[in-house]
Amino acid sequence: MNQPRVETQREVGDEIRQTTCYMCACRCGINVHLKSGKVAYIEGNRDHPINKGVLCAKGASGIMQVTAPSRLRAPLRRVGPRGSGAFEEISWEEALATAVAWMKPLRETAPEKLAFFTGRDQSQSLTGWWAQNFGTPNYAAHGGFCSVNMAAGGIYTIGGAFWEFGQPDWDRTKLFVMFGVAEDHDSNPIKIGIGKLKARGARVISVNPIRTGYSAVADDWIGITPGTDGLLILSLIHCLLEAGKIDLDYLARWTNAPLLINDAEGAEKGLFVRNAESQPFVIDKTSGHPAPWDGKGVQPDLGAEWQGSRTVFRHMVEEYLKPDYAPEAVEARCGVTATRMRALAAELAQVAFDQAITLDQPWTDFRGNEHPNMPGRPVSFHAMRGISAHSNGFQTARALHLLQIILGSLETPGGYRLKPPYPKPIEAHPTPHFVTTPGKPLTGPHLGYVRSPDDLCLLPDGSPARIDKAFSWENPFSAHGLMHMVIPNAHAGDPYKIDTLFLYMANMSWNSSMNSARVMEMLTETGPDGEYLIPRIIYSDAYASEMVAYADLILPDTTYLERHDCISLLDRPISEPDAAGDAIRWPVLEPDRDVRCFQSVLLELGARLGLPGMVNEDGSPKFKDYADYIVNHQRRPGVGPLMGFRGNGEVEGRGAPNPEQMQRYIENGAFYQAHVPAEASFYKPWNAAYQDWAVKLGLYETPQPYLFNIWSEPMRRFQLAAEGFGPRQPPDHLRDRLKQAMHPLPIWYAPFGDEDAAFGYPVHALTQRPMDMYHSWGSQNAWLRQIKGRNYLYLPTKIWQAQGFEDGDWARVSSRAGTIVVPVAHMAALNENTIWTWNAIGKRKGAWALDADAPEATTGFLLNHLISELLPDRDGVRLSNSDPVTGQAAWFDQRVRVERVAAKDHPRGTVEPMFERLPDPPRAGGGRVQNSSKNFAKSFRKLLVPGGAAE
Amino acid sequence: MTALPRSTEKKLGLVIDLDTCVGCQACVTACKGWNDAGIGLSDQDPYGADPSGTFLNRVHAYQVAVPDGPAQVVTFPRSCLHCDNAPCVTVCPTGASYKRAEDGIVLVNEDACIGCGLCAWACPYGAREMDADQGVMKKCTLCVDRIYNETLPEEDREPACVRTCPTNARHFGDLADPGSTVSRLVADRGGYDLMPDMGTKPVNKYLPPRAKGPGTANPLTPLLDVQATGVAGWLDRMLGKI
Amino acid sequence: MHPAPSVILFSTLSGLGFGFLALLGWGALQPSGWAAFFLWALGYGLAVAGLMASAFHLGNPKNALKAFTQWRTSWLSREAWASVVTLLILAPMALSDIFGLGQPRLIGQIGGVLALVTVLTTAMIYTQIKAVPRWHHWLTPVMFLTFALAGGAMLSGMRIAPVLLLAVAVVLWAVWQVGDGAFARAGQTMGTATGLDRLGVPSVLDPAHTAGNYLKRGMIFVVGRKHAAKLRKLALVLASVLPAVILLLPLGVWGIALATTLHLAGALAARWLFFAEAEHVVGLYYGARG
Repeated sequence: MNQPRVETQREVGDEIRQTTCYMCACRCGINVHLKSGKVAYIEGNRDHPINKGVLCAKGASGIMQVTAPSRLRAPLRRVGPRGSGAFEEISWEEALATAVAWMKPLRETAPEKLAFFTGRDQSQSLTGWWAQNFGTPNYAAHGGFCSVNMAAGGIYTIGGAFWEFGQPDWDRTKLFVMFGVAEDHDSNPIKIGIGKLKARGARVISVNPIRTGYSAVADDWIGITPGTDGLLILSLIHCLLEAGKIDLDYLARWTNAPLLINDAEGAEKGLFVRNAESQPFVIDKTSGHPAPWDGKGVQPDLGAEWQGSRTVFRHMVEEYLKPDYAPEAVEARCGVTATRMRALAAELAQVAFDQAITLDQPWTDFRGNEHPNMPGRPVSFHAMRGISAHSNGFQTARALHLLQIILGSLETPGGYRLKPPYPKPIEAHPTPHFVTTPGKPLTGPHLGYVRSPDDLCLLPDGSPARIDKAFSWENPFSAHGLMHMVIPNAHAGDPYKIDTLFLYMANMSWNSSMNSARVMEMLTETGPDGEYLIPRIIYSDAYASEMVAYADLILPDTTYLERHDCISLLDRPISEPDAAGDAIRWPVLEPDRDVRCFQSVLLELGARLGLPGMVNEDGSPKFKDYADYIVNHQRRPGVGPLMGFRGNGEVEGRGAPNPEQMQRYIENGAFYQAHVPAEASFYKPWNAAYQDWAVKLGLYETPQPYLFNIWSEPMRRFQLAAEGFGPRQPPDHLRDRLKQAMHPLPIWYAPFGDEDAAFGYPVHALTQRPMDMYHSWGSQNAWLRQIKGRNYLYLPTKIWQAQGFEDGDWARVSSRAGTIVVPVAHMAALNENTIWTWNAIGKRKGAWALDADAPEATTGFLLNHLISELLPDRDGVRLSNSDPVTGQAAWFDQRVRVERVAAKDHPRGTVEPMFERLPDPPRAGGGRVQNSSKNFAKSFRKLLVPGGAAE
Repeated sequence: MTALPRSTEKKLGLVIDLDTCVGCQACVTACKGWNDAGIGLSDQDPYGADPSGTFLNRVHAYQVAVPDGPAQVVTFPRSCLHCDNAPCVTVCPTGASYKRAEDGIVLVNEDACIGCGLCAWACPYGAREMDADQGVMKKCTLCVDRIYNETLPEEDREPACVRTCPTNARHFGDLADPGSTVSRLVADRGGYDLMPDMGTKPVNKYLPPRAKGPGTANPLTPLLDVQATGVAGWLDRMLGKI
Repeated sequence: MHPAPSVILFSTLSGLGFGFLALLGWGALQPSGWAAFFLWALGYGLAVAGLMASAFHLGNPKNALKAFTQWRTSWLSREAWASVVTLLILAPMALSDIFGLGQPRLIGQIGGVLALVTVLTTAMIYTQIKAVPRWHHWLTPVMFLTFALAGGAMLSGMRIAPVLLLAVAVVLWAVWQVGDGAFARAGQTMGTATGLDRLGVPSVLDPAHTAGNYLKRGMIFVVGRKHAAKLRKLALVLASVLPAVILLLPLGVWGIALATTLHLAGALAARWLFFAEAEHVVGLYYGARG
């Protein structure tokens, strides 16, 4: 039979360039196929540690992001009122001169008047360093509204965290339990991992009010009531303790369970009992005497009682054996039956203890004890925003780590494993720096880990030193700052007024703010003098986002395929448990517009401002551009942004800058890996081989072995302050809150948002990020927006039926902060008291180069309008709607009321609130040209080449 | 041409694991990207009120009311099943739609397609979408321009959707070979046909979600009655163990 | 299925045209001179106009000639052949009638049969589609043929025309009666479409895409039940009852013209329903039944 000849040997392009994806925060390796200098196809890089060849929906649509009409074209200066979107294009020289003219006087007089906050920035080690050298205390990235509870809860407890800083031992784990994990960090590795578990038939359990995505494929789903995960976890701990199913050996060796807690009333109560060398100690079981916690051969006694002081273990057991934690006592609150909880506890115990595994790998611990092998408890966990975006999220994260600890699974084969530079104890992190001196840099980095009230960022009068009130009594451990509070605080002049707000890649007038409608007003409100309350706003973004209209000066960034970047060990690297890894981006395309890589611009601004480290002695710029900085900057001697190919090109970790480094990375697929030796691969916090390797690589200067913190002394120090001890005292209105939240053992308290239930807002409201969209970025992408161009509010069966909802209906959803009217849909696989929608599908009319009648703008919607950035007034004080420990935005505390809206009462085509259409800023326009004559061209070719059609 | 081959040497196709697919849509855009670069898949009104484009693979999300237990959610990729008895082939008036004798792939010869749309009507699965710019029918080619493409590294000679799938829920192979990985998966996991009563004899198979629900571990037994003995009793009992 | 004007016009006009041509061929009327010219031209005109309309349905009409190649398997290809052969074979008959050439009637009879075969092939294009259960039934060709014959008889002024027109009503009624249960009888559900009937009863959670596509536009069309019921009545009255009554009145040619106009309007309504009410099983994936 004659079959048509099929072209099977099509060449994808004429060149492949390998770089790092930036369609979300996952940082996968990509092969960019180019044809005649244009992107033809993007696929995953098989050699890359993060994605191993696979690529998500966003990554594979990158081609449409670099051709999106929303790309800004040139620097812009505002010419109309703020928010009007009236701009004129200016030259880069003018733009830079303007920025310098605004910033220079601030640096010389009051550096804190510049607030520099970055959004989905992957260059925080540069942006933070820049702000530090500028001398303003007001710097952070977006972690505060993202998931700092997860990071801080982990680091304070285990010296590492969920998020992307560790991962389950996918190849060995037999039971994997997720808490509140949707398309969070990090996306492809979790999918790859789940795929591995599924291929092996390992068991996956998801605890999540919403059963979609990962929860949908989980073998079991527990549709918990939002904000009660901590209670469920502590109840599981209760069950395990009750049955004695805990790993005593692990607790005794690797955790602070055997340390003694001072029981004497007074300023030391609850702190560790210390010896003459100020070291906490344990009681050796064999001798019955005190012994160093890190002594070789010491057998710590978990049950010790010494001079009236009891061990952490005893405190822990006393706490969690209380009947308050019994499943029967918490089931109603959690929305999970006691039977389910007990079954889950039994399952955890069975896998951890009856199905334990052993790796035949000898190793030596930091005490010098040798171990013939590596026993493992193949139960692993992952958790993300579902537990961290609550006002009790920090303690919930700690509770989950405690669960892993008592099962003895953390950092063992089959359990959860940390990725370099983690494990890293609190002691190896800096404390926050904030003291400003006009014309001088800060003495250290802004963000750090507070050990005691002494480390808070407070001015001499006790008021917060930072505009976001990070590291204040309101949220002492705010390790990532509170970006969501910057605009409200600057607007209110609380704690003080600022002059210039400098933002990068943060859509603060839309989906990245709580109470977006009010934030828009804050950005445009003027004082009695007619000046804007936030006088100047500089913004850098590659795209015509909602935020552009609210800036005075726009510095247009490049897209991710047109720029240099480094994914650095100094920041958020691409490590795996078995290897440290870092990566670069490089311009695989040249920009076709008058835009510049923001980081290069930042370095040039730094040079013009004369910032230390950015100028030579003669005042000339030290770095030509970001690429030059990446290669030649040294943070510590021999340690720079990239660890690979240093010195003569063969040096890893510490070494002199190598001018060939960037080229070597490019040749290596845009990444580098330093592999963890086999004997160092597990038990890392205590593994001598790992510690030595980490020092050699430059992760820290000396070995940093430590114990997991079941009992958190830093937290107890804040409790003591709240109880009235110590020289630095919290304001009275915060004492009770600190006493509760800063409990040194993981505890649970009701999320603050629960109070709204009593005011007629009984329903929980959540959002999830879809796997095919990255916050606001996806809608400008012609392919992705066809998949999700509008969203629905999902209602559980109970609400659906009670109010007689039908397909096509709309609902009015109200909270204490506002009201929205939106389309709804029914979802059965949902906690019965929870509603939710996809995050950031709704767009403001006119933004992102979409037509004003685009579905994103007409029927797409945000929940942000329902969420207040402040808690209700209490005695004249309004605190931020955040976790009291870390300041993490408590997005998921939200409570609402849902009412069906009849068609006659609301038109079906337009959601509420609806904002005025944003004018279109000057932008690249275009989009990808469709070649509609393709077929005719083909036919024509066929005429010229007869016989091409059939064999 | 529109006669179906009596049999094909191979039955190349996909096995899609619904127990593993998380519905991330990666296969959708990888397919779009690859085939846009190849045969061209246009988008109309891409930034407007009513965007519409040609895609060869779509991922649906369903919720399933089950007899016992809470409702389940299943994400479901849908593309051409390369049927043995492909109705889309026999209806074609021009011979543009055909099934290859050597490997069973169902293709459209765009040079012969008149864009009548009858093949799309004949397909029960919605596997074909007419490209509005080109006026010809588009469908999954099983990446015929990848799987035999010697300009690609050997490991990449698989469909773009399979190569990109982050959870490895998509498997490509020869379903005529009972020893192939895909055939074994179908045998082991109860792979099934979509709408078997339509008589299309699909080559692609779907693996059903595994049974879900609470685990079967024996309930934990308390060491002792803590409320009666107090924590001290528990400690004695427990720490005696070390 | 989307009731596209091109396919509705095509099948309605060409059906009427070929029906009329069949009867002209058979000699139901034996006109001559200008009368023959106008009548044959009307037959040819309707048939060709219908075929032209169908060309608007093609995305890539420049390859149209290739549609003649697959007559062995494709009803659409067979239709192409049948229509062209019919039109060619009947040409001598038409010329004979117009110019009084006295060609044997056998040619016309053969052509007449072929004209009905053409209508049958048109019907079979739809009937063969298993994925549209409403169409996949022997009543579909019966309906097409009844329309063709009734329309042809009406145009030919045959005395049997009112009876055939009433037969249209009976057939339409039967088509709807049978058709309304066809989808259910075919047994396809979202459960079988996805295989999730293994687990339970599926429903749509998230659409695969919120944007439009060819399938949603072309093959998933939902017509309101009330609207459909109204149109059905209208179709019956216009396509069948009224023309039949009018033909019984002594109105002569004007009666035929009026009856034809009404009949055509009714036929278009019936054909609109034929598409609009036809549920393609692909709709199951999108949570629609049709």
